[in-house]
Amino acid sequence: MKLCKKNRMILTGVNIVCGLLIISPLLYAVSLSFMSQGEIAQYPAKLLPSHLNLDNYKEALNTVPLLRFVINSLIVSVFVTVGQVITSSLAAYAFAFYEFKYKKLLFLLVLATMMIPSETTIISNFLTVSSWGWTDSLHVLIIPFLTSAMGIFLIRQFYLTIPKELLEAAKIDGCNNFKILINILIPISKPAIASLSIYTFIGTWNQYLWPLLTINNGNNRTVQIGISMLQFAEGSNYGVVLAGAILILIPSILVFIIGQRSLVAGMTAGSVKG
Amino acid sequence: MEQRAMYSSGIMPMEKDKVKKRRRLRLGKLEPIFYLIPAFSVFIVFVFYPFIKTILLSLSQTNLRGEIQEFVGLDNFIELFQSPEFYHSIIVTFQFVLFVSIPSVGISLMLALLANNKLKGNRVYELMFSLPMAIASAPAAAIWAMIFHPTNGVLNLILGKEIGWLTDPNYALFSISIVTGWLNLGINFIFLTTGLRNIPSELLESSAIDGANFWHKLKHIIIPMISPQMFLVIFMNLVNSFQAFGQIKLLTQGGPGDSTNVLVHSIYREAFFNGRFETACTQALVLFVIMLIVTLLQFKFEKKGVHYQ
Repeated sequence: MKLCKKNRMILTGVNIVCGLLIISPLLYAVSLSFMSQGEIAQYPAKLLPSHLNLDNYKEALNTVPLLRFVINSLIVSVFVTVGQVITSSLAAYAFAFYEFKYKKLLFLLVLATMMIPSETTIISNFLTVSSWGWTDSLHVLIIPFLTSAMGIFLIRQFYLTIPKELLEAAKIDGCNNFKILINILIPISKPAIASLSIYTFIGTWNQYLWPLLTINNGNNRTVQIGISMLQFAEGSNYGVVLAGAILILIPSILVFIIGQRSLVAGMTAGSVKG
Repeated sequence: MEQRAMYSSGIMPMEKDKVKKRRRLRLGKLEPIFYLIPAFSVFIVFVFYPFIKTILLSLSQTNLRGEIQEFVGLDNFIELFQSPEFYHSIIVTFQFVLFVSIPSVGISLMLALLANNKLKGNRVYELMFSLPMAIASAPAAAIWAMIFHPTNGVLNLILGKEIGWLTDPNYALFSISIVTGWLNLGINFIFLTTGLRNIPSELLESSAIDGANFWHKLKHIIIPMISPQMFLVIFMNLVNSFQAFGQIKLLTQGGPGDSTNVLVHSIYREAFFNGRFETACTQALVLFVIMLIVTLLQFKFEKKGVHYQ
């Protein structure tokens, strides 16, 4: 659609206002996180702090080991992301380039896992890992998530677009099958891998229910559980809680901003037919 | 280097080649299985096995450690379907899903239409529109708890009222729906935008020449053309809101008076507060069946009612 210059300016303005409205809860939280407890409790409520006061951030970091939680969440998210990329690429390789018995059935089973909501299996999984003594560890947050049907599907779809001739040429060059995967397929499927990685990283970073059930020990908590601990410890001191919330939002928002393009490209690739 | 490798393989003696090929073929039968082992071992241990275990638990009486005491057949299901709390929870869940999905999809469609013209600064507002996608339920709950605060919160300040958004049973479900809908906005926007960008611009231009106004275009061109993405987005919102948990646990804990006790929260409460693992598993299977029906409906509608180019 073609618009004249004046209309374009107005539309840009409207868009920016709508955008600010969408992120206004975040802006509000940032603003309050700089207020003292007295300022927040003032009536009528204030929207902007009188000055930039970093006490809430200091207190959030001192009350609970927030940095430790950030490191835990980073370790878990990175391991889950790398693990999903590896297992999904391997499985996708088998499904895209090989013929074998029960291939269709096995692929259907992969898709079937998408039909089972994690809340349906979470109690049994909790009972299983408790009986193994896995609770209160970081690996209990990693191992159950080392693969995903979505990842396998996404990468398989990408592999299916790669011409078979390319692989045959590589074979003539003396590449064995595993080398083809490592040296050719994984490098060219970077867009799909990037999209899967960002999606998985943010999803793992933001996970709530499973760490809530499996981690009771302070040292292995993730950021999402840590923030509720802060809420519990600080009670009505909202400034500190919000400062903690902002701190743990920064990593996932950064990853999102950096990876937005490739995330969107990969996620929506399957949704457009034709 | 590469060229030399190609050359040398080219003059490989025929015999050797055949032997190698045969070996590769034999290996070839087992090879894909090796590639599937890592993914399938996780699926077997953490999806298929627990799914079967959930079914077994729902057919049994368990103790407080979740161990099976005796097999009771369908007793748990019969008990569940006779319990008024369960029906209440189901009704609350469906209300919640509707309160979340309808406004969230509607607003995202509006945002996607607004962002559809490539304008200066489009990166900035597109980022703002999609940002809620990166936000977790726990910090979102912390932020909205303050927004909803009865005396110091910004919402009552703007409205000039003193509503207990989270403590009044008439408002609590509505309040957590706002939070969840807000969290869903980002992903809805992304998918709807993809749909809009795929509409050929000639189509819109020619309809403009024919004198179609905006509502006409929306109804007769835009909505039909983006129907695949619309269905996908509606489906994702249904699934997301059936599974919402963190914000409910942190903001209302299912209360006040069970008014926000959606199915997932009820499962959590039965298992980890009441120690009734079998009841929780029975409810978890009900959740599974509901989601299965939603998915099947989506497939059906996708085949029937959606316009693909």
